[in-house]
Amino acid sequence: MTGPRWAFDDLEVGSTITLGEKTVTADEIIAFASEFDAQPMHLDEEAGRASILGGLSASGWHSCAMFMRMMCDGFILDSTSQGSPGLEYVRWKRPVLAGDTLTGACTIVAKRVSKSKPGLGFVTVKSAMTNQRGETVLELENTGMFLTREAVGA
Amino acid sequence: MTLDAFFGIGETVVLGSHVFEPEAIKAFARKFDPQPFHLDETAAERSVFGRLCASGWHTAAVWMKKNLEKNADPSAAVWTGQGSAPVFGPSPGFRNLRWLKPVYAGETITFTRTGLAHRPVASRPGWTLLTIRAEAFDSTGDKVIEFDSSVLVQVDQAPAQGGAVPGP
Repeated sequence: MTGPRWAFDDLEVGSTITLGEKTVTADEIIAFASEFDAQPMHLDEEAGRASILGGLSASGWHSCAMFMRMMCDGFILDSTSQGSPGLEYVRWKRPVLAGDTLTGACTIVAKRVSKSKPGLGFVTVKSAMTNQRGETVLELENTGMFLTREAVGA
Repeated sequence: MTLDAFFGIGETVVLGSHVFEPEAIKAFARKFDPQPFHLDETAAERSVFGRLCASGWHTAAVWMKKNLEKNADPSAAVWTGQGSAPVFGPSPGFRNLRWLKPVYAGETITFTRTGLAHRPVASRPGWTLLTIRAEAFDSTGDKVIEFDSSVLVQVDQAPAQGGAVPGP
């Protein structure tokens, strides 16, 4: 087989792709929040403990960005990805705290070939990010666009 | 003042503008979304997007930044209703996010927020769930992103506001 590992053809409905681990540091949480989401519980351990989140916790947008990186490393960078038109939903189920080790999984729930662009397909994935205690911290349903093997000549 | 007025239900607020510089696009992408069209001009020219463009998550994160800046602005709504001022809490998530057009390097993006609705949370007396439409537009006026966000808000259960509806 030549070309990327994952083309539209290889993403089968019902199959699950397991993503690698990511341990979140306090410095990463503070750096992201300082730039994009400068609220006390994302910037300061004391303020985080005093908040409903129970500790220095990552911005929900940071959790999404970390999950994106996990998907990139898990399959997107070795795929025929053409970007994404959007997401159905994101649910922030639990806080992501400094020191947490996150894992993730993407289950393919639907796919269809584009009517207007032959060689391109849409793949819908239900995903979850889980912490080291097995608790789901993030749930999302997202759609990606991928070229077919025929389109990339592989 | 009603909660509708405080939350700006039916009202669109311009949050501010942000220039997506190429170096910032690449720095975000190196950390979170290292696809070639977010990292390198030449690779982007060969891609479906045609030019270097920001990760969609970068665009969404800047909406949050502009939203917080607006809340801290002296022009932000001040509670003049009965009881204590509503206190914003955590967000359970968002829905219907669409990345409608790439945010190209050097573009100036203008972000907005529109209050959609609020309803008491039956399971959490004293809390209400506010939903807002987030949008952003590039310099040609084209919409680049939209999503419906929600946030929990702690409100004073003064009788004038009706209080929370008991759960089933």
